[in-house]
Amino acid sequence: MTLKKQMETASRRKGWSFGVGGEPFGGKPKALKQFWHRLGSPKWFYQMSGPWQTTFVILAVLLLVTGMAWGLAFAPPDYQQGNSFRIIYVHVPAAILAQSVYVALGAAGVLLLVWRMKMAQLVLENLVGFGAWMTALALFSGAVWGKPTWGTWWVFDGRTTSTLVLLFLYFGLYALRRAIPAREAAGRACALLAVVGVINIPVIKYSVEWWTTLHQGATFKLTEAPAMPASMWAPLLVNVLGAYCLFAANLVAKLRTAILRQEQGAAWVREWVAGAGRP
Amino acid sequence: MFAVQFRRDWLSLMRSRDEAINPLVFLFLATTLFAIAFGGDARRLAGLAPAIIWVLVLLANLLSLEALFRRDFEDGTLEQLLLLAEPPFAAVLGKVAVQWCVSGAAMTILAPAAALLLNMPIAALPTLMLGLLLGTPALSLIGAAGAALTVGLRSGGVLLALLLLPLYLPVLVFGVSAVLDRMAGVGTTAQFYWLAAISVAALTLAPFAATAALRISVEQS
Repeated sequence: MTLKKQMETASRRKGWSFGVGGEPFGGKPKALKQFWHRLGSPKWFYQMSGPWQTTFVILAVLLLVTGMAWGLAFAPPDYQQGNSFRIIYVHVPAAILAQSVYVALGAAGVLLLVWRMKMAQLVLENLVGFGAWMTALALFSGAVWGKPTWGTWWVFDGRTTSTLVLLFLYFGLYALRRAIPAREAAGRACALLAVVGVINIPVIKYSVEWWTTLHQGATFKLTEAPAMPASMWAPLLVNVLGAYCLFAANLVAKLRTAILRQEQGAAWVREWVAGAGRP
Repeated sequence: MFAVQFRRDWLSLMRSRDEAINPLVFLFLATTLFAIAFGGDARRLAGLAPAIIWVLVLLANLLSLEALFRRDFEDGTLEQLLLLAEPPFAAVLGKVAVQWCVSGAAMTILAPAAALLLNMPIAALPTLMLGLLLGTPALSLIGAAGAALTVGLRSGGVLLALLLLPLYLPVLVFGVSAVLDRMAGVGTTAQFYWLAAISVAALTLAPFAATAALRISVEQS
């Protein structure tokens, strides 16, 4: 009997096995439950997600082209910062995504640890790079903007420091996955780290913001209207939505490739390849 | 279970004391390096002392965490521990408690000596000690989860630092700012509450994370 089996038996005997069995969505409508279970199946996801990918790519291109052209060429210059303020059209979407992606990683981590969902592992493996690049882009664009506006490339203030720490958290996830040879174990270890990271992010954020902060507050808040005129924030909003579509398009595309690689031995993949791309 | 594990780890640690003492020696050695690197400039050192001591405490803690599960992992004790009918929560807590005694608690007692090397005002020493006392349990507990994740890996040491140091940041911020505020004559209650809150939260959550991490590490070996 392998150790894994022994441990599973032991945990079942004690009744502290999480998830599986049971009915996670007891009273919910059946369709939702079915969708949930299907989402966990790589095959179903692959067969369904072709149109999703196209939609997200088209939306991302449309929104980002519109938003960038609008923001960079047509929005009025700032009365104080002149044209240099326009970098927020890159900076803010990147910074928002940097955080959203980490939260998504944490959510995938919970799904993987509790329900051992196959797709969650693929999400964890394929999202770290995108999140790290967005964080790096947010830091870089912030530095480029900081030089003319604050007079310095880099300041250790609350928001910049917490973004830098976020980048280190991404590096940690990447390094941990590279260090563990067994794929399944690496996925679960990263899931645990992502969950711990998500719990810690607010504490880190508030602890560094506690020091006098130079950075302005968040541009968009759910509770208040933005402090800038509509002609300036509307293109930004378009860019943020476009960035989310880019994120979705990137994720779906990567997942589809990863599924093909992972399931290359499966009958449905062979049939799909033999049928020249017509499932 | 907690007491049994504590006793066992304590005994085995006392019989191979070097492991426990080396991180403390490191603390003093690195403090001396800082003093020398600053050319012994007493005034400048005094302002930097809280930051230097706290950073070195984080690093020394990492050094002693690396060995936390290593031997039990290598000789199979850890597997047996996870196979017990009893949840390993208490046993993990016992191991962490021993580790804290020889790192966090020992450093709390020794830090004033290191701080005096750096010319820190004596009035600030109690603040430094109280901060360390409240903050180091969080370091050991969060660190245990990290050590559990990396126990079976070849490149464990550097990876452990990479994983843990970002998570240690809040403790560092509040620990250092408490001492700095004390030196500036401002109240420090808020920082102590924060450190205590972080430690209590770590005490509640980290053993679960460490247990889950141990299962992952043991299953893959």
